Amino acid sequence: MSKNKERITGAEAVIRCLLAEGVDLLYGYPGGAIMPVYDELYKYQDKLTHILARHEQGAIHAAQGYARTSGRVGVAMATSGPGATNLVTGIADAQIDSTPLVCITGQVASHLLGSDAFQETDIVGISTPVTKWNIQITKAEDIPTMMAKAFYIARSGRPGPVLVDITKDAQFAEFDFSYEPCKGVRSYKAIPATDPQSLKDAAALINDAEKPMIVWGQGVILGEAEAEFKAFVEKSGIPAAWTILGVSALETAHDLNVGMVGMHGNYGPNKLTNECDLLIAIGMRFDDRVTGNLETYAKQAKVIHFEIDPAEVNKNVMCEVAVMGSVKTTLADLLPLIKEKTYASWLAEFKAFDKIEQEKVIQEELYPSKDGLSMGEVIRNVNEVTGGDAVIVTDVGQHQMMAIRYAEFVKSKSNVTSGGLGTMGFALPAAMGAKQGAPDRQVVAVIGDGGYQMTIQELGTIFQYNIGVKVLVLNNEFLGMVRQWQELFFDNRYASTEMVNPNFVKIAEGYNIPANSVSKREDLADAVKTMLETPGPYFLEVRVEKENNVFPMIPTGASVSDIRLS
Amino acid sequence: MEEKKYYTISVYTENNVGLVNRISTIFLKRHVNLLSMTASESEIEDVYRFTILVKMTEEKVKKIVGQIEKQIEVIKAYYHTDEETISQETALYKVKSELLFDEPQIQNIIKKSGASIVTVNKKFFVISKTGRRIETEALHSALKPFGLLQFTRSGRIAVTKEAMMISDVLKDFDEE
Ligand SMILES: Cc1ncc(C[n+]2csc(CCOP(=O)(O)OP(=O)(O)O)c2C)c(N)n1
Ligand SMILES: [Mg+2]
Repeated sequence: MSKNKERITGAEAVIRCLLAEGVDLLYGYPGGAIMPVYDELYKYQDKLTHILARHEQGAIHAAQGYARTSGRVGVAMATSGPGATNLVTGIADAQIDSTPLVCITGQVASHLLGSDAFQETDIVGISTPVTKWNIQITKAEDIPTMMAKAFYIARSGRPGPVLVDITKDAQFAEFDFSYEPCKGVRSYKAIPATDPQSLKDAAALINDAEKPMIVWGQGVILGEAEAEFKAFVEKSGIPAAWTILGVSALETAHDLNVGMVGMHGNYGPNKLTNECDLLIAIGMRFDDRVTGNLETYAKQAKVIHFEIDPAEVNKNVMCEVAVMGSVKTTLADLLPLIKEKTYASWLAEFKAFDKIEQEKVIQEELYPSKDGLSMGEVIRNVNEVTGGDAVIVTDVGQHQMMAIRYAEFVKSKSNVTSGGLGTMGFALPAAMGAKQGAPDRQVVAVIGDGGYQMTIQELGTIFQYNIGVKVLVLNNEFLGMVRQWQELFFDNRYASTEMVNPNFVKIAEGYNIPANSVSKREDLADAVKTMLETPGPYFLEVRVEKENNVFPMIPTGASVSDIRLS
Repeated sequence: MEEKKYYTISVYTENNVGLVNRISTIFLKRHVNLLSMTASESEIEDVYRFTILVKMTEEKVKKIVGQIEKQIEVIKAYYHTDEETISQETALYKVKSELLFDEPQIQNIIKKSGASIVTVNKKFFVISKTGRRIETEALHSALKPFGLLQFTRSGRIAVTKEAMMISDVLKDFDEE
């Protein structure tokens, strides 16, 4: 990239900044206040692909999916006013799930700011609580430094979404362009320093523990620390459980992978959270869906917290030792300090609980004795064809929990789900981005009939760009997860959770996407196989049992050890 | 339950228009009332300082300060108890002028409180008192029986007894 100054417009500068940051794909939707930038996109279309979503929410979830499978910064663009506000759900989702995004919004001309101009909205004000950083640019010459800062902040440290709002006059104005990537921001420490003593203290606790347990989260994936993490698990011999966003950092079949913690997690790791003598939290933040009632959460255990964000330490769970820093370096530095150990009888306790869960829950879910299809058996059929080598994108609800509980994973970055925000409508657009972020991988979107209809318009995007995602809708004709809570906690009063659904196959076919629907067990395996083997996009609806429940379950506010099997 | 106390939160920031909003939403989310918030320059060029007064438990203030400090343009945030700070607030009291002549005690009250008279005209006079909260409050209760036309008090400003070391923090950032 040349350091020489060139006279260009602010709009062209936006494109040149994106190119300088290595962006070759972005998602968006045009409109008045961002038209100068779109005009430049037209000129640069051989270098930068713009995917026109069918709704700005679709664009931003796609950018999120792209970021999650590629490990790069996702970029979403929209116009001012409604375009910008339509991004907000995705921004909030990315903030709580630490997804690196740069969102670019057009804004009315600076002389109109504050005058309630056409499509003026204070998107900087609106997005402040849900962005890692945001800025409004009113002068073209500020574009390069602010864009550089935006990318730096989005991807460094604990990643997150950043929003850059650019007034239309700043897009039109000409200035002398040069680009310098951002190397640091004075008031922002991306990665906190590691106190060497904390590593020694952590090692001492680990070496002395009798019943230690690891709970890892997405920090391992975001920090690209999968190898260091695995080396730590294997040398320490400690059983390791995952939060929903941590899944796939360690392969499902690993001997020391003891399953998921939290509300619909596995029986063993939830029960034994309240039995272990040492809880080693790695790149996770003790969300309430993980801990249940904090008053009764792991009170008997000492806690070590490996964390990049100082504000997460002692926020929900007090720890004995906090090891600050990126887990990629802290886990590598920890490794020589720990003893090689195994915990046969402790591990056997996990296996004993597994056996109970297997008999009481899993067996029936994966191999139902009833006629109706179960969600679990659909996922089992997917596993049987992919061997676990697929990216599973999920929406929010029962199908999400079933997909995450039963999907097998052999590689990291293989699950994309809306964890912290629980955004219905996430999966279909996120799957488009996930596929474009990992084009060589099979990408399967597992979606409920409810959430599917929240962003179903993105079938148009899939069709136009021929994005090869497999759309698997598990249709129970209910907002199933809410119905489950109504059944369990509201005496079966099914208030507004039953849905009369359209003919989904016809809708997919309307978009020229090959489609099928099955409702019988004997057709399921073939239908799944055909879906996965057909090149390009494919839609499969599986009509499942209407009133199945997801178990195990920790009712809200209950203790992790009060996890229910029925 | 831990006891609620007054805490003075000092936030050193880069000058940035959006920061007031960013900082106040952190309080808003936890339903915390800001008793006062003042912004000014600080001892360092181009570094701004917010002084925020809250009443809450130490556990909560610690978490809030952590979340403030995490904001990109915040250089450093601290919290201190009343004992650890020297703080001042200024109050203005507007009173009817005739009282100054009809009620001789008023002159005494003003003198004893160490307040000063900012302005006097035919209709009213204005008293100003700078001091700790109890002092401005004492003057308020002393004047109230005579009738206050207007009363207002500024936010708290405070310096800490201990050094703040912001320059060191900035040096740290610069070295990386
Ligand atoms: C945008 C949004 N609105 C509402 C909810 C609350 N909610 C959580 S799960 C769920 C039901 C989802 O139904 P469906 O998509 O059919 O999935 P199922 O649970 O049946 O598998 C609802 C309404 C949500 N998570 N997100
Ligand atoms: Mg459903």
